Amino acid sequence: MSKARLMQGNEACVEGALAAGVRFFGGYPITPSTEVAEGMAKLLPTVGGKFVQMEDEIASMGVVLGASLAGKKAVTASSGPGISLKQELIGYAAAAEIPVVIVNVQRVGPSTGQPTAPSQGDVMQARWGTHGDHPMIALSPWSVREAFDTAVMAVNYSERFRTPVILLMDEIVGHLREKVELPEASAIEIYPRRKPSCTRAEGYEPFTPDKDLVPNTANFGEGYHIHVTGLIHDDTGFPIGSPKITREVTKRLHDKIEIARDEITHVEEYFMDDAEYAVIAFGGTARTAYEAVANARKKGVKVGMVRLITIWPFADKAVKKIAEKVKGILVAELNYGQLVGEVERVVAGKCPVELCAKYDMTIFEPAEIEAGIDELVAGGKA
Amino acid sequence: MERSFEKYFRQNRLPHLWCPGCGNGIVMKAIVQAIEKKGLDQDKTVIVSGIGCSSRASGYMDFDTLHTAHGRAIPFATGIKLANPELNVIVITGDGDCTAIGGNHFIHGCRRNVDLTVVLFNNSIYGMTGGQASPMTPTHKKATTAPYGAIDRNFDACRLAEAAGATYVARSTAFHVQHLTDMIAGGIDNKGFSFVEAICQCPTSFGRKNKMADPAKMMMWMRDNAVMKAAWDKLPDDKKTEEKFPIGLFYNESETDYATAYNEVIQIAGGADK
Repeated sequence: MSKARLMQGNEACVEGALAAGVRFFGGYPITPSTEVAEGMAKLLPTVGGKFVQMEDEIASMGVVLGASLAGKKAVTASSGPGISLKQELIGYAAAAEIPVVIVNVQRVGPSTGQPTAPSQGDVMQARWGTHGDHPMIALSPWSVREAFDTAVMAVNYSERFRTPVILLMDEIVGHLREKVELPEASAIEIYPRRKPSCTRAEGYEPFTPDKDLVPNTANFGEGYHIHVTGLIHDDTGFPIGSPKITREVTKRLHDKIEIARDEITHVEEYFMDDAEYAVIAFGGTARTAYEAVANARKKGVKVGMVRLITIWPFADKAVKKIAEKVKGILVAELNYGQLVGEVERVVAGKCPVELCAKYDMTIFEPAEIEAGIDELVAGGKA
Repeated sequence: MERSFEKYFRQNRLPHLWCPGCGNGIVMKAIVQAIEKKGLDQDKTVIVSGIGCSSRASGYMDFDTLHTAHGRAIPFATGIKLANPELNVIVITGDGDCTAIGGNHFIHGCRRNVDLTVVLFNNSIYGMTGGQASPMTPTHKKATTAPYGAIDRNFDACRLAEAAGATYVARSTAFHVQHLTDMIAGGIDNKGFSFVEAICQCPTSFGRKNKMADPAKMMMWMRDNAVMKAAWDKLPDDKKTEEKFPIGLFYNESETDYATAYNEVIQIAGGADK
């Protein structure tokens, strides 16, 4: 019997999180992410986990941080205004180094926007949504199967780096139904919760970084009597009004992701071997971009596609390499133009960068991206 | 003199940052004495606080401690308790933290009946930011944001908690230390959402604005105006003046707590042995 199942992206995301060891979810209903909460409510108790529907988006974020501190891998999910409301505590997770995954099934904004319509307008919010300096990891799947895989990856990264990770889905992938075959549990690599490296008597401090710059913070209830705060703190976890510590902590938070950047920056290339032009896309839009590129190839245009799976940290190296190779880059995104700024920063004038933007609540048609490719080849927009 | 409560403090984090004459230290000590009285395992007890003067208490207490964001202590505490129900979770919050920015979390915490003990340090003011009016600043009292006297009507947090579904509701003051300790201990005993309002003095930010800058006088005000519930219930209405207020245990009803109820969900879903 085939193990293939017909499944929605949001459902696959639930399956992936559970497979990665998630046992706690706190959430609030909001379109188009609600199926994630519904799936968690149904499946978590079947594996001994817990689901709680909170009074609002802020509480949903707070409850998963509490659960994570008490030792459970935890996820929350939302969309649009809900993600905006969560921002303060996403910053708390970054500052206090609490593993957590936030699923953002993007819809049209700002504000209530177009609640049921797809968008990729939260690219910059994912990076800069909360106040202050902090790094961010954001992953964006393009298929139902990849919603599963990136959910596993997001949970693993959150644990490995003790940081919030955003699973930056979009309504296209969230509500897409595809036939998928999910991997066996034995085939899934799980990053376990980090453990304290020594006892209190041996001088344990909860925020002393390990060699990879990530601390091995104890869970609550393990006898370490740790203090966790959103204030800038030293290795002991206690707040300290010191310029030196403030600088060092801020730098370490960035460095712990930066030194692993190559490893966690996932990019896939299609038709790029002999490509003279490249389309950069991600998430649901990459599906359309792929078809557009394939159609252009049939017309004899030497164009390829670069798909970003990791949105943050940005794929500087991969994009730079492409810029040195091609005559022009087209960035296709379902917003007014966000990722294109990052591409321009990295390309730094080495080749023309054109934007193929769409922000009318409908998804791209392949012809629209093909037209963008034609313009790029013809030497830019008139 | 018996000072066994000292083991519950992080001696290297003291002295505290509170102003001279502040009541927060009295309430903090009442909490640890209630913990001692109930014999809670220090390794299995978590103190969760929000933001504000009172919420700094968590840093001085030798347990696993969590200083959350403004108003958010109850959601964090809910996650801790549900993730690991063997932990005793005590929440420290203030009048602004709990009933203004955290008001929604407060009423839903009560409704959900998660097994938490929430101690609200009510000093009637935002102390850390320098004396702004809170939802529990009594009407007509002055604050930096109510220089002509507050016109807002103030919350009675105990009645709010009871109406929202808390299963243990009590009030005491920093003057009635032993009584306050007993009220908190009773909250720890209750397996469900327990709420204890601890009225305490802020001579610096509230007192100075309201002709009560002397901390001892503020405590005498508590002594003179707090009425034990049994006596309050018999007090004729004309004696229940604006200044007078009841203290004691107002409500205690046994109801299934959230974690216990969720265990039944896990049973039904077939995840009990997972």
